[in-house]
Amino acid sequence: MATVVTPRGQPHVDRLDRIWSERPGILGWLTTTDHKRIGILYFFTSLAFFGAGGVEALLMRTQLIGPNGHVLSPAAYDEMFTMHGITMIFLFVIPMTTGAFGNYLIPLMIGARDMAFPRMNAVSYWIFLCSGIFIYIGLASGHAPNAGWFDYVPLASKQFDPGNNIDFYGYGLIFNGISSTAASINFIVTIFKMRAPGMSLNRMPLFCFAFLAVAFALLFALPSLSVATLFLELDRQLGFHFYDSAQGGDPLLWQNLFWIFGHPEVYIIILPAFGIATSIIPAFSHRRMVFFPLVALAEILVAFLGFGVWVHHMFTVGFATITTVYFAAASLIIVIPSAIQLFAWITTILTGTPEFKTPMLFIIGFIIYFVIGGLSGITVAAIPFDQQVHDSYYIIAHFHFVIFGAAVFPILGGMYFWFPKVTGRIYHEGIGKLSFWLTFLGTFFTFFPMHIVGLLGMPRRNYTYPPGMGWTALNFIESIGSYLLAVGLVMIVVNLAVSLRRGPQAGNDPFEGDTLEWSTSSPPPPYNYPVIPTVTSAYPMWDKDDRALDNRRLERGEGVLERGHETPATSAEDAIWDEILTMPSHSIWPPVCALTLAGMFAMLLLQHYFIALGFAAAGALVLIGWHHKGVSE
Amino acid sequence: MLRRCASGLICLALLSGCGKQSITSTKSPDAHDIALLWWWMLAAAVIVFGGALLLLVLAWLKRERPGLPIFGEREHINEGMVLLFGIAIPIVTLTALFAVANIYLVNRTAPPKPSSTAMTVDVIGHQWWWEIRYAGTSAVTANEIHIPVNTRVNVVATTADVIHSFWVPALNRKVDMIPGLHNRVLLFSSRVGKFRGQCSQFCGLQHAHMSFWVFVDTAGAFRSWLAHEAAPASAPRGATASAGQRMFVTTSCASCHEIRGTGTTATVGPDLTHLAGRTSIAALTLPNTPSALAPWIHNPQAIKPGDRMPDLGLQSNAVSELVAYLQELK
Repeated sequence: MATVVTPRGQPHVDRLDRIWSERPGILGWLTTTDHKRIGILYFFTSLAFFGAGGVEALLMRTQLIGPNGHVLSPAAYDEMFTMHGITMIFLFVIPMTTGAFGNYLIPLMIGARDMAFPRMNAVSYWIFLCSGIFIYIGLASGHAPNAGWFDYVPLASKQFDPGNNIDFYGYGLIFNGISSTAASINFIVTIFKMRAPGMSLNRMPLFCFAFLAVAFALLFALPSLSVATLFLELDRQLGFHFYDSAQGGDPLLWQNLFWIFGHPEVYIIILPAFGIATSIIPAFSHRRMVFFPLVALAEILVAFLGFGVWVHHMFTVGFATITTVYFAAASLIIVIPSAIQLFAWITTILTGTPEFKTPMLFIIGFIIYFVIGGLSGITVAAIPFDQQVHDSYYIIAHFHFVIFGAAVFPILGGMYFWFPKVTGRIYHEGIGKLSFWLTFLGTFFTFFPMHIVGLLGMPRRNYTYPPGMGWTALNFIESIGSYLLAVGLVMIVVNLAVSLRRGPQAGNDPFEGDTLEWSTSSPPPPYNYPVIPTVTSAYPMWDKDDRALDNRRLERGEGVLERGHETPATSAEDAIWDEILTMPSHSIWPPVCALTLAGMFAMLLLQHYFIALGFAAAGALVLIGWHHKGVSE
Repeated sequence: MLRRCASGLICLALLSGCGKQSITSTKSPDAHDIALLWWWMLAAAVIVFGGALLLLVLAWLKRERPGLPIFGEREHINEGMVLLFGIAIPIVTLTALFAVANIYLVNRTAPPKPSSTAMTVDVIGHQWWWEIRYAGTSAVTANEIHIPVNTRVNVVATTADVIHSFWVPALNRKVDMIPGLHNRVLLFSSRVGKFRGQCSQFCGLQHAHMSFWVFVDTAGAFRSWLAHEAAPASAPRGATASAGQRMFVTTSCASCHEIRGTGTTATVGPDLTHLAGRTSIAALTLPNTPSALAPWIHNPQAIKPGDRMPDLGLQSNAVSELVAYLQELK
């Protein structure tokens, strides 16, 4: 049951509309602190980067459609696969999941009116945007990063890569990391302190558990990457020797630091997808998740165990067997929480009355590809086999089934699923299904033959290959598959774009979802809920009494919080009403702050250290302005 | 194109035997065991995948009725399914896999003690070619390793510049070549033949053109090959070749390449003392024929863009003199 505004509730709603209104037009978007508008900004920005990363992938597949291709030069090919990796991971999946989905949905799902730190939320977005543009300026100016997203030294050292290419990578990722760090702190505080009264941790949606796990993982993984890239820039620009074995440094230090970040990163990418799956599956299976507490525990465990497996990216570097065996064991153990979730999803679908609409189809595709990617993942935890196929196309096949099949499919399904909530319109179901089948088959034909090509000995990151190796036909199939996949993805975007104008009205709750966001109007008002909802179960939307109570409380003006930008804070575990928080409103400081940081990193890259210091000082002044304003309000 | 697709499908069905670099067409016990492990893992994976798919199909077939077939709507049975498939079965199968792969096989394929091997070959990775030295002899060659059949050969893999990775799929697992480390791997073949290897760690612009051959010779053939390879180059016969040698020694060729016996000593590029004895040039980019060698010397950047060998701007008669000389370096 959705919130119904009766004539007696109307004055309260009018007052809230006045209090929470933001500036109109472009200025409104620049100064917004509304988590939903920030989520939409994240969505379109990361979607644009997804397009760029996709074009890079298509160029590579076109180069490899036959042996001895001449579409890209070797230098251009190296830039393409490096930019593809950086783009898809740092500029698409993370901002799309945490930035767009997390930002938009988490406050709604927990019944809050905004994120805990709305301006920090805004600055996260603007920093992300600036860092993305920063990295792409490298490409536009002919200095794109070109040593792979893994950027192994000494290939990435000044000696072997003297241009600014790697500096765009190094500074770009430090810059980008600030955004993700701020965002994850924001998520952790929001999820622990802003849940609606009554939403104790055991009643929190699994989606939020997944994002909580991701936020913690990001917070602990990113410092390793930032340190690694900082050392890299010190080596490159100031002549330090962290990674120079001739001077007592160690190139494996880079690999260790990078993968200490890089493997948790894989779970950071996939856990939000698990969260989306646990939202879509109950709604379309018309039943509760099987074994809710175990699934929640498994989500947290995956993120935790993900920190103990990084050496499985380094089985061929010559570590002692005892080292590799330990990390192989850890890698096998992580299969168990993944298998728990997998079979909880399957059992929920099996024992419910599943309705195979477009979002659900993407989740079915996700499950199938997650099984394939998971199984091939188990095979590479067998050390001797990994040492055969490491750095071959087998690995590309494996992690694309995981990252594209299992992480992006729920994103696509989630786009369909929450489209009515965000826009108030329904997508076209027939075209939705067609777009699923094209994407599903395209993914299969693009990535499945890569297993075989890898077993036939084709190494990764080769800009071309000779004929007569048994690789030609399979590469041809892969390239055709990638075009099919591109058509499917474009069809999704077109379907949603057309439905935005022409789709039928959605109403509040078109799919009978189980979480709170379906109780408010579509699209939700700036304050999300006219009355702070109360929660007494893990499936608040299926709890009709609670929602009826919300309506009565609105009529009585109880829990409306209409004296300003207000939202309640609750206790971390049991969500008992603690205090009323006054939230900051729109501000121009976040984008200005991001701009000063962009200036600082640009000057660092150009080695104008004093000007960089000037930008840092300007950034400090901005922070003073930001906080000063906060006091005077 | 149809035929190519068909051959791809046949490869799909019969992975072994297709391709020169397949991990499943094995010629050594180590590679054979790893391939066997792969086939067993594949079989188990197909069963698990089939099972999961079957459950999804079942879900679709009974989409109108809630609960499980036979068991009905009993939540503890549902939870039991999750425990069985999500915890119990994975623990058993993963423990078995761990024991076979990571306790038994990992030790079998670990690099052997050098004392247990008959000889040592040093392989040094360069951007973008392989330097090959035979410990205890003066033999130096490039991109083509010769080993005797049925002999345990200890390969010491190092690098002169960035990280490379030494990989001959038919014979053994790969091992990275990392600055400051001396990684080792066993090469052993019970059969005479030639096996293709390729650099598998991204090492820069011409990573794609960094392959090599391993020739497995009979014991006698190997001994005479090694003795010949250790000897200096013979003097050129004929005027063209002699002019080629003068050209080689006095121009920029000698600032990178060594031809033992001519007084050249540079080790930047491959040793060319017995170049004509090799089947390929530029790390398997081209066959070693006069018609391939001439354009390579004339304009290497057109063939291998970004390669360390620069375009020297030689006249075509200079190139043919050099080719005539290099062709004599058997």
